[in-house]
Amino acid sequence: MDFELSEEQVLLKDSIDRFVLDNYGAEDRLKLSQSELGFSRDHWKIMAELGWLGMAFSEDVGGFGGGAVETMIMMENMGRGLVLEPFVSTVLLGGALIAEVGTDAQIEAIIPAVIEGNMMLAFGYAEAQSRFNLNDVETTATKSGDGYVLNGTKAVVYHGGTADKIIVSARTGGASRDKDGISLFIVDSNAAGVDIRSYATVDGQRAADIRMENVSVGTDALLGDESAAAPAIEKIIDQATGALCAEAVGAMSAANELTNEYLKTRKQFGVPIGKFQVLQHRMVDMYMEAEQSKSMSDMVAMKLDMAYEDDTRKAVSAAKAQIGNAAKFVGQQSIQLHGGMGMTDEYSIGHYFKRLTTIEMLFGNTDFHLNRFSNLS
Amino acid sequence: MDLSFTDEELAFQAEVRTFLEKNLPADVKDCYSRGIHVPKEGQERWQKILNDQGWLAPNWPVEYGGTGWSAAQKYIFAQEMGRAAAPPPVPFGVSMVGPVIYTFGTQDQKDYYLPRILKSEDWWCQGYSEPGSGSDLASLKTSAVRDGDDYIVNGQKIWTTFAQYANLIFCLVRTNPDVKAQEGISFLLIDMETPGITVKPIIGLDVEHTLNEVFFDDVRVPVANRIGEENKGWTYAKFLLGNERTSIARIAESKLRCEHLRAIAATEKMNGGLLQDDTDFMRKLTRIEVDLMALEYTELRMLSKISRGETLGAEPSLLKIKGSEIQQRLTELLVESLGMYGAAYEALEVRGRRNDKNFAPDYAHGPMAEHLYLRAATVYGGSNEIQRNIISKMVLGL
Repeated sequence: MDFELSEEQVLLKDSIDRFVLDNYGAEDRLKLSQSELGFSRDHWKIMAELGWLGMAFSEDVGGFGGGAVETMIMMENMGRGLVLEPFVSTVLLGGALIAEVGTDAQIEAIIPAVIEGNMMLAFGYAEAQSRFNLNDVETTATKSGDGYVLNGTKAVVYHGGTADKIIVSARTGGASRDKDGISLFIVDSNAAGVDIRSYATVDGQRAADIRMENVSVGTDALLGDESAAAPAIEKIIDQATGALCAEAVGAMSAANELTNEYLKTRKQFGVPIGKFQVLQHRMVDMYMEAEQSKSMSDMVAMKLDMAYEDDTRKAVSAAKAQIGNAAKFVGQQSIQLHGGMGMTDEYSIGHYFKRLTTIEMLFGNTDFHLNRFSNLS
Repeated sequence: MDLSFTDEELAFQAEVRTFLEKNLPADVKDCYSRGIHVPKEGQERWQKILNDQGWLAPNWPVEYGGTGWSAAQKYIFAQEMGRAAAPPPVPFGVSMVGPVIYTFGTQDQKDYYLPRILKSEDWWCQGYSEPGSGSDLASLKTSAVRDGDDYIVNGQKIWTTFAQYANLIFCLVRTNPDVKAQEGISFLLIDMETPGITVKPIIGLDVEHTLNEVFFDDVRVPVANRIGEENKGWTYAKFLLGNERTSIARIAESKLRCEHLRAIAATEKMNGGLLQDDTDFMRKLTRIEVDLMALEYTELRMLSKISRGETLGAEPSLLKIKGSEIQQRLTELLVESLGMYGAAYEALEVRGRRNDKNFAPDYAHGPMAEHLYLRAATVYGGSNEIQRNIISKMVLGL
């Protein structure tokens, strides 16, 4: 049992720290988030050059063989800077799914391009009626000649508008909400019949609703075994959830630092407001929530590096539930302690609050994960 | 970063588990698993068994009788103790004054007191709080005035847990009233048999006798019984409080309570089904379990720091706050799980002659006693508000 980072891991952490420091000043980020694209392709190139896009892939698919701990380190630091590039969508969701269940041909066609920064991916798993149930899939894939025809709409697909290829879940059998009968398909974003409506999300990122109307794909688009994709989807979403927890930890610690600094400098009644005990205790509660979250994030990263079993699923849900609560508390109280300043778009604390708010929803909100944890107990 | 245990650690876990299965007395286990204080005789009997195995004081340095275990081993041991419902040693000797003696005591003090703590020959109590000095502990007034080779001690201590069992008390006393409060305090070891000491019981809201007042009326204490230097007692007192807070989170015990609650929820009937079918109830339990897991890994991070030789900041305060809140939420939920049987409470029955009257399910005897007693968890060891002050000052610099 060991909670220490290795030397290589410390170097990785330092390099991301440096990237965030150089590229993610509050003003730079605000500008970037308001641009048409919503992130920077130059940043993406840097991330590829520094090897971050290949970190999570195993060496046999051309990656650097990092595990969930390396991902945790990267995500925590990206969370500190509220990094906008589609790292989760491309690498941790799309790329991870292909590496997990893809054929050699699919892996060769996609993973090297992802690692080099030449291809972006997105994963459409949710639908309007599904909320957080990954098995609630009504999009259909019907066998037709040499391939399949897809019909249905995937909802709130993060970075769906900028992805070159979109992986979607669709039903090839079973009733809606059955675990069996779900398949995965790799769909070109410019394929005929694909209608992508991209919009901004409150955290400064981009998502899309993706409507597929009689979209024809070949059998080579099928990712993994037909009708048996549910276990892979659950596993990859759990891994991404662990990573999201780390992002939340980074965002909370940055928000707490900003708020603590504000308490020391803002004066009212002739003293810094941090001299008031009620605010001190609030800040202590925020600090404790962030510390507990860090513990959970470390724990879940280490568990994800072990065999994936029910204990792992419980750990992910426990971490997401705890961190979802903490993210809301820290985000909301950061605004409260900043007073009027917290309400401005110009000042960065509100951006942390907004990202923390969406993190609570993503991959299942607190209530969802409390239920999942309880059902697994 | 790695969570897995080595083969040696797994073997150690099996060894501890087997030992506890074989050696933990059934009456002690029954009492402790209900959240009831184990009677003095049973507690001492159990401590002697632990000490014969060499496991009474894992945190002590090896030269004084500690085990020399790694942080992982200490964690495993605590988990197994909790899992087996084995009560830890009474803290006043092993966890509180013991470390003060081996860190700051004279050779004579170490030679005399430490073996007696390990053999459970002494029962210590803690003379810190006074009627006018609770959270503001440094304002304490009990005085010790030099008279040759003795101090003459006068004053009063309060909230002294188990003073009625104790033959020794470690006491903070004022040896200089003319300087800053913290700079005029000394740390004395006092024999409770000394003439002039009177112990008066305080019956708690659990209608139990755990608390006491201790009065000192011209009590003669040899100067040789002072720890360290005169007027440096505050340093030793704070050292002791830091140690107290690390052991105060009681994570393994809370895990046991969670399991106990799941078992009750699978038994208690409700609406023609079982309590465990009630999603509101189960949601409360799940929230506690999740918070407890977060606390457990916070403690593990802290242990990992200690094993790297890093000094701790305010982490013990965090453990104390979160640990005590969880204990209270758990006992509250345990009482809630009993439905109207939560109202039945016969203190003596619950403690001594449990189930004499043969009413209510067996598991209903205990939760209310613990619920009442643990209202103190957020007060003792430095109230949770004082802990927040400590974090605010030490970590946040506010």
